Amino acid sequence: MPYTLTVNGTSTTVDTPEDMPLLWVLRDVLKMKGTKFGCGVGACGACTVHIDGRAVRSCMTRVANVNAAVTTIEGLSEDGSHPVQQAWMELDVPQCGYCQAGQIMTAAALLANNSSPSDADINTAMNGNVCRCGTYMRIREAIHRAAASV
Amino acid sequence: MKAETDTTLNRRTFLKVTSLTGGGVALSLYVGNREGQAQFGPPPAPPTPDVYITIKPNNRFTIIAKNPETGQGIKAALPMIIADELDVDWNQVDIQQADLDPKYGRQIEGGSTAIPSNYTTMRQVGAAARAMVLEAAADFWNVPVDELTTASGVVHGGLGRQATYGSLADAVSRLEPPDITGVPLKDPADFKIIGQPVPGVENFQMVTGQPIYSIDVEPAGMLFAAYHKCPVFGGVVESANVDAIRALPGIQHAFVLDADPDGSGRASGVAIVADSWWVANNARQQLDVAWYEGPTAVENTTRYDEQAAALSSRASEAPAGGGRGVANIGDVEAAFADAAQVLEAEYYFPLLSHAPLEPMNSTAHFKEDGTLEIWSPSQIPGLANPARSAGIENDAATMHLVRSGGGFGRRLYSEYDIEVAAISRRVSEERMEAGLPTVPVKLLWTREDDMHFDMYRPAGYHFFKAALDGDGRLTAFRDFVPSVSSVVPANEFPRGFVSNFMANSIPITPFSIPTGALRAPSTNGVSFVMQSFIDELAVAAGADPMQFRLDLLANPVPEPQPAGGRGGRGGGFGGGGFNASRAAGVLEAVRRMSNWDAAEPTMGNGRGLGCAFQFAHAGYVAYVVDLTVADNRQLRVNNVWSAVDIGRQIINPSRSRNLVEGGFIEAMSHMMDWEITIEGGAVVQNNFPEYQPTRMSHAPSSIEVEFVLSDNSPTGLGEPSLPPAIPAITNAVFNATGERIRRLPMKHDGYRWT
Repeated sequence: MPYTLTVNGTSTTVDTPEDMPLLWVLRDVLKMKGTKFGCGVGACGACTVHIDGRAVRSCMTRVANVNAAVTTIEGLSEDGSHPVQQAWMELDVPQCGYCQAGQIMTAAALLANNSSPSDADINTAMNGNVCRCGTYMRIREAIHRAAASV
Repeated sequence: MKAETDTTLNRRTFLKVTSLTGGGVALSLYVGNREGQAQFGPPPAPPTPDVYITIKPNNRFTIIAKNPETGQGIKAALPMIIADELDVDWNQVDIQQADLDPKYGRQIEGGSTAIPSNYTTMRQVGAAARAMVLEAAADFWNVPVDELTTASGVVHGGLGRQATYGSLADAVSRLEPPDITGVPLKDPADFKIIGQPVPGVENFQMVTGQPIYSIDVEPAGMLFAAYHKCPVFGGVVESANVDAIRALPGIQHAFVLDADPDGSGRASGVAIVADSWWVANNARQQLDVAWYEGPTAVENTTRYDEQAAALSSRASEAPAGGGRGVANIGDVEAAFADAAQVLEAEYYFPLLSHAPLEPMNSTAHFKEDGTLEIWSPSQIPGLANPARSAGIENDAATMHLVRSGGGFGRRLYSEYDIEVAAISRRVSEERMEAGLPTVPVKLLWTREDDMHFDMYRPAGYHFFKAALDGDGRLTAFRDFVPSVSSVVPANEFPRGFVSNFMANSIPITPFSIPTGALRAPSTNGVSFVMQSFIDELAVAAGADPMQFRLDLLANPVPEPQPAGGRGGRGGGFGGGGFNASRAAGVLEAVRRMSNWDAAEPTMGNGRGLGCAFQFAHAGYVAYVVDLTVADNRQLRVNNVWSAVDIGRQIINPSRSRNLVEGGFIEAMSHMMDWEITIEGGAVVQNNFPEYQPTRMSHAPSSIEVEFVLSDNSPTGLGEPSLPPAIPAITNAVFNATGERIRRLPMKHDGYRWT
């Protein structure tokens, strides 16, 4: 089935099965590899993208159900200049780094709605994003730092 | 593997110089001997020049990162060492990941060995290159070398003379290279890069979503494969409806691969290949497979548990014949008979899956000329088994090392390389038969595949008995381990610090579940049981748990014969001999940091402090944990203090602190939720909902890390931070509640995170 999506401001038409998750449309059809596969059941957050500004799990979102603009990690900023991306680099957050695209997308959505999140706000927003390497201490600090510069 | 293998090069090692087309010079390293590589792979190939440093005319420096990167930061750490001795600035350096090639020596991520086995060599490479640049400048200006200095990739010759390394590249290429072992190294006080917090070299690519991981590799024309295996370990495909699968929309290939247990080790399964991975994997729902499940189908965790309980009646049996892996020092039975107090306790920790966040995958291209190209995320990349699986000779295969999303020991086992090699050959053959060009194939496992087909951290059943005399001193310590490929702590502390010590083991049979190394193998579970039972002994002795450990460490007991086992007395796989003063050093540091002595005894009011230490992989780590347990067994870790002794030099303090924090947070997963259980010879757990990792809301309020710089060679940090975190937390739970945690995971006793 043909589906027309707007991804990072660009409109594109893909021909896929209706139940193909957005994650695999992005990765295998559009060849945008920034959004990551971790669990396939919405339990790890590695595949987080924004749809209409909300953080959603692209592995659980069928392409047929995408009816608003999609932003992926590749489109969060043109040049890595989003305050969340900057804070992640300044604090040297990543270890393996595999979860961090999803962490950053969730954090950016949090800050868009709450410019000064408490630790409790961060816990609530970020709990669906697993970091297997355990970089939570730095993620928390980086979100506070990004908040200060938003 | 011994930490000492490559730290001192007692053979001549030379730099090889090659002029580059278009200017510049490449400095390569010949190493005369490769015995280290032989432990994990085929016999080493004859030495060939290997390029570590390229000096470019524009005064930029490309430095090879030789080892696989899984998140431990080695892609920065080894080039940092070269760059510092070369005396260039870090921002003048471009890093290039090495392919798999014997010229680089061991290319392994495992055992926290990359720093100890490469530190000196990488320094020598950088220093020898700098010496050649100096020689070239001295010739040019006709001055003695010792009048020259360097800084930031520039040679200074006095009288205002200066020359960039890049401008000297041609002259360097005409010099006779020195024996690198003879070149003087920097005084560590002059290090400019080593010891500085250097950010991850691919942080920008990560935060902008660039395709740097194994799962992202996509050479032109690539197809995607899923591989469906029997959930029962050792089970094989008898038949499958591959013709029907092949007829599904989007499916390009579907076929059965036989098991190859005596060759590559490949497991039998059904391969499905399509234009997108989701289509290939989705077709598994239509698969109709007849399996031969084999003998493992009768095994389950309940049976292992029952056998362990039954075997515990033999806990007093002395090990027959002695040897490695068991111990019988003094006379524990006599000591039990004479004791003022005898304590017994049963401990347990389960099988674990590694669950790195990037599921297993690998990419391969079997080409028309019969060669195979592989893009591998392996921690121990090797060509032998993939080549065997594809039915070709080793030298017909090449391998690129690709960054992976986490290792933790999982990618020490490379089934994905072995499977994709055979899948790629079959796909290429079918395409060539149809008159089509060959294309690369990426095999990707699901999260469920990863959890079902791991090499699991072995479970541990521990039946302890120990004795204290009337003064509360430890007089005997015994551990009996009904074994499921389990670690027997025959050389662990308190061995060497108690007169009577016994460790023995009897196997549970049948046990056919594949087991392997998980981060800090041997101590990741054993530290929990040993440091917890030591804590029980301290409480029984009426002693402060910190002081009880320090008093034991201060009073070693000579043994009649040298301790066997691979860790040396005191344990700590891969670490050589245990040094009691270093263990005491990290305990004293963490005692000071946490203000331990000022803390009120708090048992029973819901807030508690606990401590533990561990010698693991040549490093010494101690923790103090401050936590709160609410009435409903809701647990919150408040503050954590960690003291770490990995020698005199921390290469990269930013990554090192990150690894300590990460080790602690991984330990929280092991402790609270993670377990793999077996039913019908297959793994019960499927995905993260049944195998919950630590999450943001569980993370401690603070983790304070202090590196104790002892005068010892630098060692690695990937593993040592994990093991003692678990007993430090569970000992704090006891301090808070009076309830001793003897079984993991704690969720089965009603605990959960706040």
